[in-house]
Order: sequence, then C-alpha cells, then structure tokens
Amino acid sequence: MSGRRFAAPWALLGFLLLLALWEAGVRLSGVSPLILPAPSAVWFALLDGFRSGQFLTHGWVTLSEVLGGFVLGGGGGLLLGCLIGRFPLLERVIYPSIVAFQTVPKVAIAPIVVIWFGFGLASKVAMAAMIAFFPVIANTLVGLRVTPAEQIEMMVAFAGSRGQIFWKLRMRNALPYIFAGLDIAIVLAVIGAIVGEFVGAQGGLGYLILQRNFTMDMAGMFAILVVLAAIGMILHGLTRWVQRKVIFWIDDEQDRVVGA
Amino acid sequence: MLIEVDGLEKVYTTRQGARVEALSRVSFNVREGEFITVVGPSGCGKSTMLKVLAGTLARSGGHVRLAGSPIEGPTPEVGVVFQAPILLPWRTVMSNVLLPAELQRRDMRRHRHSAEGLLRMVGLDGFATKYPRELSGGMQQRVGIVRALVNDPAVLLMDEPFGALDAMTREQMNLDLLRIWQESRKTVLLVTHSIPEAVFLADRIIVMSPRPGRITDIITVDIPRPRRLEMINSPEFGAYVQRIRGHFGASGSFDA
Repeated sequence: MSGRRFAAPWALLGFLLLLALWEAGVRLSGVSPLILPAPSAVWFALLDGFRSGQFLTHGWVTLSEVLGGFVLGGGGGLLLGCLIGRFPLLERVIYPSIVAFQTVPKVAIAPIVVIWFGFGLASKVAMAAMIAFFPVIANTLVGLRVTPAEQIEMMVAFAGSRGQIFWKLRMRNALPYIFAGLDIAIVLAVIGAIVGEFVGAQGGLGYLILQRNFTMDMAGMFAILVVLAAIGMILHGLTRWVQRKVIFWIDDEQDRVVGA
Repeated sequence: MLIEVDGLEKVYTTRQGARVEALSRVSFNVREGEFITVVGPSGCGKSTMLKVLAGTLARSGGHVRLAGSPIEGPTPEVGVVFQAPILLPWRTVMSNVLLPAELQRRDMRRHRHSAEGLLRMVGLDGFATKYPRELSGGMQQRVGIVRALVNDPAVLLMDEPFGALDAMTREQMNLDLLRIWQESRKTVLLVTHSIPEAVFLADRIIVMSPRPGRITDIITVDIPRPRRLEMINSPEFGAYVQRIRGHFGASGSFDA
C-alpha cells in the first residue's frame, strides 16, 4: 500500500506529460481536429457536455443498463455457479453448454438481441448481462474448488454436513474468486451496454457517440470516452471497496483473476 | 473400557490396483481418563488409526467401539486436534471454537459460556474476539485444542498436535496439555513421532511399526505425576526412551 501512495504522484506526472506532448503535437503539426482533437478541445467538449446536461441524461441511461446487466448477469452467474458447485452432477449436464455459448462472440449476437428486446433499455441490459455472466460463473466454480482438503477434513471430523461444508467453508473460500469475477464482469458490462447502443438505441453514451460520429465531432466523441472511462473506473473502484469490506481476512491485494 | 480396538484392519487399494496394508490386526483398550500416546515412524499407520477412531475413515475389518457402541462416523463424544490448527481465518477465536457446537446445532449460549472457561484454562482469556492471524502458532494450536473440547467430548484425539511448533513452545504445550488433561479428566489419545514426547505425556505408550502398520509393544509408564520437565533427564525416563528406540533400531532408521 505504501508503494502505491508513493506511485500516485509519479503516475499523475506521467499522465500530465503525455497530455502536454499530445497538445503540443497537435498544435505544432497542424493535424486537422477532424482527425485528432487537442486535449484542450476535449476538455471544453467535456465541460459542454456536462453543462448542457447531455452527459447526465445519456450517462444515466448507460449506467442503468450497465448496473441492470451486472445485477442480472453477475447474479445469475453467481447463483448458477453455486448450484453447480453444490451439486456436481449439474456441472456435467449444464456447464459444457455454458462454455460452448461463451465461445460465441457476444458482439455478434447484439443485432439479434435488439430484435428480440427492442430499442429500449431491455436489449442493452440483456447484452450487458450476457457478457457479465461468464466471468462470474467461471470464477465461482474455480473458487468453490480451492478449499484445502484439511479444512474439509476438520469440518467432517466435527460432524459437519455437506450443506454446512458448502455454506460455511467452500463458499467463504470462494469469495476472493467470486469478487475477481464480479470485478471483470462490471467492466465487461459497460462494453455490453455500449455495443447494444451501437446496434440500436434511443439514448445512452454509445448512442451519443454515434450521433457525434455523424457530425464529425471528434472532440465530443473523445469527451464521451473520458466519461465512459470514468464510469468504468468508479464501478471497478466500488467493487474493490466492497471486496475489501467483505473479504477482510485477506489483507494483500492479490489478484486472482481467471477466465475473463 | 472406554475405547476397544479389536483386530482393526485398514487396506488401501492404489490406483494400480495394488493392496497396501496400512493397519494389520491392531488391538488395544483404553480406560476412561487414560493418557495414551502412539509412537512410530512415518507410514506406520498411526494417523490412519486416529482417523478411524475419529470416524472420518472407514475401517476394512475388525471392531472399534467407543463406550460399547461401534464407531461408524464422527460423533460429538470425540474431539479431534489436528497437526495444523486449521482455524478458519474469517472467524474470530470464539467463533472458531464454537464451530463444532454450531455444526451440531447445539445450544450456543451454554457453549459460549463453557468456551469462555476453556479459553481461560489455556491462557487465552481476552483473545476471544481476535482473528487467528493475530495469534502465534502455539496460541493457534491452543485454540484448536479448545475447539476440540467445546462439545465436552469423552475422548480427545490428537494427531501430532505440536509437530509444527518450535522446541521451546512444544515443551510448554506439553506441560499445558497435561494440566488441561488433569483438569478436564478427558481420555486422550495422542499420536507423535517424538519418542521423548510420547514418554513424557503417557500413562501407556503404543509403539507401532510400518509395513504393515501394527502394534509392536504397549509400554506402561511408571513415572509419577505431575510430570515436570526435569524428569526428562532421569535414568528411568532414559530407560523408556531406550526401550522404544530399540524397536526401531532393528527395523532401520527413525525420523525423530
């Protein structure tokens, strides 16, 4: 942690240096703002976007799609993962189909999803949910397998039942993995929502990007990217915060990431 | 007799289909309140025997009875202390200690009360709300012992409980264990591969040898109680150690 605190000012310095170079490059080379806008132009577009209220309305649309998809997809992945972990037969029956489905690029399904669920909120939630589902179920399943045999033996020696071993032991040991899955899922859910908006929508930041694309408003598009990045970072930070509260007994920040 | 082991057999089948005899015709009895140590080199089946007594491992043959009824599975009448403390890191000391009572859906209020008493007995009062990682190895193993005692079992089974501790802590734990045993009047069966530890603690020592695991000797230790550490240097203590070592000297090396 102390290393991170020292690193923050350096990272900021690097970032500012990059912005300065970018700004100077754009000004000196005279590249058209239709190709690459200067950081300053992006900054003003950002201010404009917030002042006009556009970013708030469209941002809210995208955020609700992301959160809806995350809850549905992540929750579904967690539930099914627990069920499969608890009843191993299900793993052989269901899981191969899930893995097979995962190999289909979700982006390619987006047009079909929009036909099924319409141009409104539902299709984007469905897209986000589909993408958020897999990392959570995969990590849950891995996590449910990591309980040390000696801990299980201890529970058995004290007459613990299979259900008790699952809830009081395996589930606890799985939590770090589940959170790693949720962390991936929340970021992927943003991608799902934007892809959904690209294919067909009446609002949202993805929809706004397309609109500005038609008018060649490069600085405006970059500004939306900044907003999207900020949303992603905040959601990621929130997940991490909850994770640290829930998994208080592991104090190092090991990343246990599998199956994105 | 509290524990009766009669012709106990345990045979494992390896993946290649070969039969490995882990325990062969093991028979002995344990009286109530007795302190029995089981000593032998690695692979002599002493841990296997303990698992059968704990009810976590099925036997291949013979009879094992606890207070007259056969042991068919884990029972609250038996408390187990493992080689490692195996505490759950997300539970406080108190919550770890109460786990067996919780698993068996006992009255938690009453058990909490007795757990407090037990923690005091092992010198851990004031640690109830701490987490395992805040405790030293010796303290963690004490918590493991209290956990095994919390259901007030008749028998305490201990599988090399102090094997992972340093020598100094180990001696202290041995003294503490004798005190706990005297205060709680439990019947203790402790597996170790340290011969001096086996002699120091025991009323009777069961000496085992490997391939197949069987009992080669049962020795009654007539060193007076309470035992003190300086007794380890007495000639009679040395004689017991020599006698046990003799069993292994013939069959090869001994890893302690």
